[in-house]
Amino acid sequence: MSTTSAETALVPARTRDIAVAGRTDSLRDRMGRRLQHGGWFIAPFLALFVLFVIWPVLRGVYLSFTDANISGVGANFVGLDNYREALDDPLVWDSLGHSAYFTLLVVPCITVLAFLMAMLAHHIERAKWLWRLCFFAPFLLPSTVAANLWQWLFNPGTGMVDHVLGIETPWLTDKAYAMPAVVICTLWWTVGFSFLLYLAALQAIPDHLYEAAKLDGANAWHRMLHITLPMLRNITGLVVALQILASLQVFDQAVVMYDFQPGPEESTRTFVQYTLEEGFTSYRVGYASAISIIFFVIIASVAFARMWLLRKREEGAR
Amino acid sequence: MTTAQIPVKSRTAKPWTPSQIVLTLLGVVVSLVWMAPLAWALFTSLKSETEAVEVPPHWLPKAWTAQAWKAIFDTGNITDWFVNSLVVSVCVTTVVLVVSALAGYGFARTEFRGKGALLALVMTGLMVSPAVLGVPLFTTVQQMGMVDTYWGMILPQCAPAAMVYILYKFFQGIPRELEEAAFIDGAGRWRVFFTIVLPLSRPSLAAVGIFTFIASWNNFLWPYMVTNNPDLMTMPNGIATVMNSYGIQWAQLMAGGLMAGLPLIVVFVFFQRQIVAGVAHTGLAGQ
Repeated sequence: MSTTSAETALVPARTRDIAVAGRTDSLRDRMGRRLQHGGWFIAPFLALFVLFVIWPVLRGVYLSFTDANISGVGANFVGLDNYREALDDPLVWDSLGHSAYFTLLVVPCITVLAFLMAMLAHHIERAKWLWRLCFFAPFLLPSTVAANLWQWLFNPGTGMVDHVLGIETPWLTDKAYAMPAVVICTLWWTVGFSFLLYLAALQAIPDHLYEAAKLDGANAWHRMLHITLPMLRNITGLVVALQILASLQVFDQAVVMYDFQPGPEESTRTFVQYTLEEGFTSYRVGYASAISIIFFVIIASVAFARMWLLRKREEGAR
Repeated sequence: MTTAQIPVKSRTAKPWTPSQIVLTLLGVVVSLVWMAPLAWALFTSLKSETEAVEVPPHWLPKAWTAQAWKAIFDTGNITDWFVNSLVVSVCVTTVVLVVSALAGYGFARTEFRGKGALLALVMTGLMVSPAVLGVPLFTTVQQMGMVDTYWGMILPQCAPAAMVYILYKFFQGIPRELEEAAFIDGAGRWRVFFTIVLPLSRPSLAAVGIFTFIASWNNFLWPYMVTNNPDLMTMPNGIATVMNSYGIQWAQLMAGGLMAGLPLIVVFVFFQRQIVAGVAHTGLAGQ
């Protein structure tokens, strides 16, 4: 941000004149005037942001050092006990593993699927609106509705999936299939979003690149390999990053498909689910806060890793 | 986006090349697979409860009946949930639009002490969500006495760092000359904001509004945490908790699910271009 040039360009002419001509205006006055403008614009957001983002984070940090329960009265300071307990808690590691496993399955599948569907929708010349509608529509359903629907589709006996495929897979009752069932539901439900991002990126590739390549005798495969894929690199980075962050926070589909239980042999208990169980079922708000903070650090590291990678690439490009 | 505007006549001009035939067929197959679950939900909702659970399952109802649809309106509080969803989503969308447009402009075009630090703080806020810090957020809202209230459902959804960031980026892209000209003519900051900046940013505001509405209508986790009273629940929450609690009635559950999902899908059919642009725009802003 080039603050200095921005200031001169931004400050209304009148104020600028005063600032230049009359040194009588103290620095504080000028700052005050700007603060007033900027402050008023940002104030409403800031109020909500402090109340519902900053304060809960600080409160979470504070609570994580106490043995607070849900009522909030009589909390004692317990130092690092909660964190120590979390590191030894097998359920923390299990649930973290389940969320990670889910992420590992979803991210590559969704990226590839979204890309293929976007290529398809981009290259079919007729009824473009139809493909967009069909591929994107599930994204408009609430997560819980998508989950109920797939619970119904996977239901033993009456389930359409097994019936259509002529198989008898114990989707919702066997540990090996429990998480993949959630993954399939998630793919169907959310691929539309990444699909739209890819489609927008495909449409943004200038036609002349392809025409030039055609003149040079590149066939369709080469054009895809040397134009389409490199031009989609940024969007792929974005899709993967957004999906990793969203998938680590998976909760809705998993709990609804397994009736708010941890799934067969507790194989689908996600990390978010575990924090809520600790907080609202066991009423251990202090401990739940501690593991939430750990989770927050994990999410933030992923986000910062992406920023770092982007910056490194930008520097490399220069 | 331009593709959607191609007039009908151009359709006749396109030849059916072999590759187009293959691609179109492939598109039809994938579309059918993608639509089949929705069709299954619809057909299930039009069966009687006993027919719905017949083994083996069959696609079309043998006896079409609106029993399940009638039942959800007669017995449950699904109309309450629908109204609650509408109230919450409309309020959240309105507040988010106002608040994030103001803040985005404030960050893009005004100077004040601590702006850089504040912007960094907002960026960190991108990583906070009810999924990550649900328990501390709940106790905060509990302290404010807003559990089981509309306020408790609405306000925590109204501080979207992401939307502020998107509009901040957009406002930065508006040529300064437009605003400067107005300043020279003696217009104040607020007038410039309302008469020049806002009209120019209509597509971005629409994108943010559309995305916020979809996210809020479909939001499950936060309303689930903050409401226990079935009369206050929103559609996703009511369907997932109340309708799932006493032995699932599949036909009714599917009818309820469709009622929660169909409004957005119908709206999508009519405003496809704007919604596609909105979602893509909002997503792409993360680049």
